[in-house]
Formats: sequence, structure tokens, C-alpha cells
Amino acid sequence: MEGDHQDGIRGEAPSPARDGRRRALLMLAAAAAAGTALRPPAARAADRLRTRARIVVAGAGAAGLAAASRLAAALDGASIALLDARREHYYQPGFTLIGAGVKPRQYVVSATADYLPAGVQWIPERVAGFDPDGNRVVTEAGRAVAYDFLVVATGMELAYDRIEGMDPGLIGKHGVGSIYHGPEAAEATWQAMSAFADRGGKGVFLRPATEMKCAGAPLKYAFITEDYLSRRGRRSRSELVYNAHNQALFSVPIVSEKVRMLFEQRGIRANYGRVLRAIDPGRRIAVFDTAEGREEQDYDFIHVIPPMRAPQAVRDSALPWRTGAWAGEGWLEVDPSTLRHARYRNVFGVGDVAGVPKGKTAASVKWQVPVAVDHLLADLAGTASPARYDGYTSCPLITRMGRAMLVEFDYRNNLVPSFPGVIAPLEELWTSWVMETMALKPTYISMLRGRA
Amino acid sequence: MKELDPFVLLAVLQEMLGPLLWLLLAAALLGTAALAALLVCERRVVARRLMWSEAAGVAGGCLALALMVRVASSGFIDVGGPVDWLLIALVFGAGLAGTAVLAYAASGWWAALRRAGS
Repeated sequence: MEGDHQDGIRGEAPSPARDGRRRALLMLAAAAAAGTALRPPAARAADRLRTRARIVVAGAGAAGLAAASRLAAALDGASIALLDARREHYYQPGFTLIGAGVKPRQYVVSATADYLPAGVQWIPERVAGFDPDGNRVVTEAGRAVAYDFLVVATGMELAYDRIEGMDPGLIGKHGVGSIYHGPEAAEATWQAMSAFADRGGKGVFLRPATEMKCAGAPLKYAFITEDYLSRRGRRSRSELVYNAHNQALFSVPIVSEKVRMLFEQRGIRANYGRVLRAIDPGRRIAVFDTAEGREEQDYDFIHVIPPMRAPQAVRDSALPWRTGAWAGEGWLEVDPSTLRHARYRNVFGVGDVAGVPKGKTAASVKWQVPVAVDHLLADLAGTASPARYDGYTSCPLITRMGRAMLVEFDYRNNLVPSFPGVIAPLEELWTSWVMETMALKPTYISMLRGRA
Repeated sequence: MKELDPFVLLAVLQEMLGPLLWLLLAAALLGTAALAALLVCERRVVARRLMWSEAAGVAGGCLALALMVRVASSGFIDVGGPVDWLLIALVFGAGLAGTAVLAYAASGWWAALRRAGS
């Protein structure tokens, strides 16, 4: 591309011969590397793997920062570049708590620079193009950054534009809420929901038909709204409807059934096979696609969750799935157990952008990143990593203010409770609420620093 | 969650409490050491002092629960199952024991210093 300046993080282009020499040298450090890969970054310099590899981490969200921290801790002499234009960092699991009126907007906002590990070069530019055949990425400023290894952690894109009549500017007005759009939107959603809870009326909830981050959040918000209506004495004059995109309320059957029971108990009507197509904020009408055609639902408050897809730069590249359900949304074609790209062995995908069967959550990130990093380190050391990701993810599913169910599951829909016999996964507990409000954010921050 | 690694737990507690974690650990260590030293010096348990320390401990337990409710943003304790009672007992117990130990040790050493001074 004319005008581009090749800005390989450490000058040299990758070559098989150099890779071979590097591999021979690194073999000596292999044993140490295997031991340090999953260890926190307090590792001594002597334990770190010596390498001159160029590693690019695209995206400085939860997955990107966690990966950069672990790589910086495990490697000595590597050139690690972190690419992301956004200077603010959002603790996204906290959006629901803002929307519930429990936490202020500032609770989720910090700075990317706060978590930047030593030895990592932050390039505050968005990746505009991926060239996995040329082993380089190109930023929106036209800077080309060459790599030996690439970790794609760009997150996802919220496609509000795919709902006719919907615009993020509507959030907080005309009874429209949407906690996903950011801290301000979450706060505006709380104000809209609180005003609705003061008056009562019809509340409409839904989820998109695409893959989505934190698939428990739509359910949580329906439960939270129901609780506020009850506490403010407006429940009897209100109607709540939850619209599932398919025939289940949650992807894990046993959890779906529990939620169905709770909905029945709380009087939240569940509709199935409804996908939001359009809204008319002036008339407060939502239009859903159903198997029988279009269906209009009036509302006083609606919690809109947009379709989600991989960012444009990823969708336009050779990295997404080429066939199957995830091709259209552009999720990265990675091995679900190693997070390694199916066609480009020096590319890994972690976090929301990874095309894996479950869990676009911070909990998924916490367990995906160490596995992907371990495989990358093993490549550098010329060994093989036994690390596997089983799809573990967790969702503290708030079912009322002060109670939640700590739901943990894997790719196979097995429940995998962390505290079996102590914290029952399908029981509404204050303890699970306490974990969500007290322990989750410190755990998340520790994860960003590569310490958890 | 998935597994409980003590190293991870320490990192999480550090993020949660910041410098307060080290302050609490220091208070726990110093309080225990002061109590042990006092018991060695006096070679007995003073019943009256113990009773008042336990009374202070009850107040400390209640304070620990109140702090927990505040930090957890729940505004109340909504018990849903046995583990909730366990958590309440743990928090109350930690507040009670910590306050009782500190109160007994502090009042014992205060009395000892006054005796030494007079």
C-alpha cells in the first residue's frame, strides 16, 4: 500500500532459517517455559523464555490486556505490541450493575494505560486490516506492523443499525434502554427503567439471534426490572414479556428450564422464536420476526439488545469462519480447545471475537488466555503444549436484587460448579450476589494484570 | 472461579482491599502476638476482661456484617440457602473473634502498663 511505512516491531522479517536457529536456541529454555507459562508474572528473569519474536496483540480489552500481561511476564527480549485506539477501559461485566442502579457509571471506567505491562508497546491505533498471509496488520493510520505471532482480541461490534428505527442516541429516551452500549447508556437505561418502575406498564425484553456477549444479561435485566416493580408496588399493574430468539431461554438446557420456572413464578411471560426487527420509539411499538410473520408488541419500556458481529476489519480478512453459522457474523475460525487459528498456525483468537461454541464473557477470557498463551510459548520454545480450554464460562445470573445463581458450564452444557456441595449452581443465593458485586471486579482486574 | 489457587486469592484480595489488606493482616498478626504474650505474662485468663472483650466482639461481628452489606451493595441480607447462613456466620465470626482478641489484648496491656507505671 502506497504511503504505508513498514513498522515491524523489531525490524527483521520472519524467515524459516532464522526461525530454525531461534528454535534451536529456545529448545534450551523449553523446560522452564513449560513451567512458567501458566504462572503469574512474578516469575524471575531467569525463568523467562529468551526470544526476539515479534508478537502483536490486536485489541486492548479484557482478552488483549490479559494476553499481553502474560506474554510480557513469560518472555525476555520479545517485542510485544498492543494495538487499540481506545484509551478508556471498560469493566463490561459491571454494565448490568449500573443498569440496576447498584453502581455508578465511574465503577466500570478506567484507563488502558493503568494495566499496560512493562515491556509492552501500546500503539493507540485501531487495526484496520489483517494480512495473515503477509504476517502483518495495518492500522487505520496506515502503519503496517509485522509479526511472528498474532493474538486477535478485537472484541466485537454492536450492530444497532440492523434494527430498523433503532439508534444508540435513543437509549434513555422514549422508554428505550440498552445496557450494552457503554457506561453512559447503562446509566441512561437505569434512569429509563427506574421511571418505568415508578409508573408500571408493559416491559419488553429480548435477545438477538446472533452470538452475543454475556447471554445472561438479557435475563438478568428482566428479573431486575420485575423486582423493582414489585418493590415499588407497581407489579400488579404491569406486564413483563421476554422474547427468546429460539425455543430456549438459555443455551444450557438445565439452566433454561430453571429460568423458565422462575419466569413462571415471577409472572414474566416467555415468547419463543421472536427476533427484534424494528422499533418505532414515537409509538412505542416493537416489531418482531416470528415463524408466522411479523408481530407487533407495544411497550412502555424495552430493553434492546442489538445483533452482534466481529469488527469490520476481522470480517473483511481471511480470518473468519468460511462456512457455517459463524461465517456471516465473522467470528475467528479457531480450534475451540486451543484457540489457535485453523488455517494460520501463528494466529490465536481470544475473547469475544473467537468463533467458539460458548461464552463471550470475562470468565471465558480468564480461562482462554492462559491456554492460547501457553501454546504460543510452546511454539517459541519448540515444544508442544498440553493446555486445553474446555469451554468453561460462568454467569452470576441475578434473579432479584440481593440474589443470584452462580451458573458455571462448559462446551458440553455440563454444569461445572467451582464449589460443589457448597454453592448450588441453580439456587438463588445472597452469597452469589456478594461474589458478583464484591469479588468479580477484583478478579477481573487481577486477570488484566496476568495474576489470575 | 473454577479452582481456588491461594496465589490468585491473595491477588484478588489485594485488588479488593488495596492497602487495607496488609493493614488487616498486620492487625491480625500483631493482635494475636499481643494476646499470646499477655497470656504468657499473666499466666491466667481474667474472666471480667474476657466478658467485656466478648461483648465488644459481638459489636465487632455486627459491624463486620454491616460493612459486608454495604460493600456488597445489597442494602440487606437476603438469605437464599444454607451457604448464605455459612457466609453470615463466617463474616460475623471473623468480626467477633478479631474484635475480641484485639479488645482483650489491648485492655490487658493497658492494665499492665498502668500497673507498671504506678
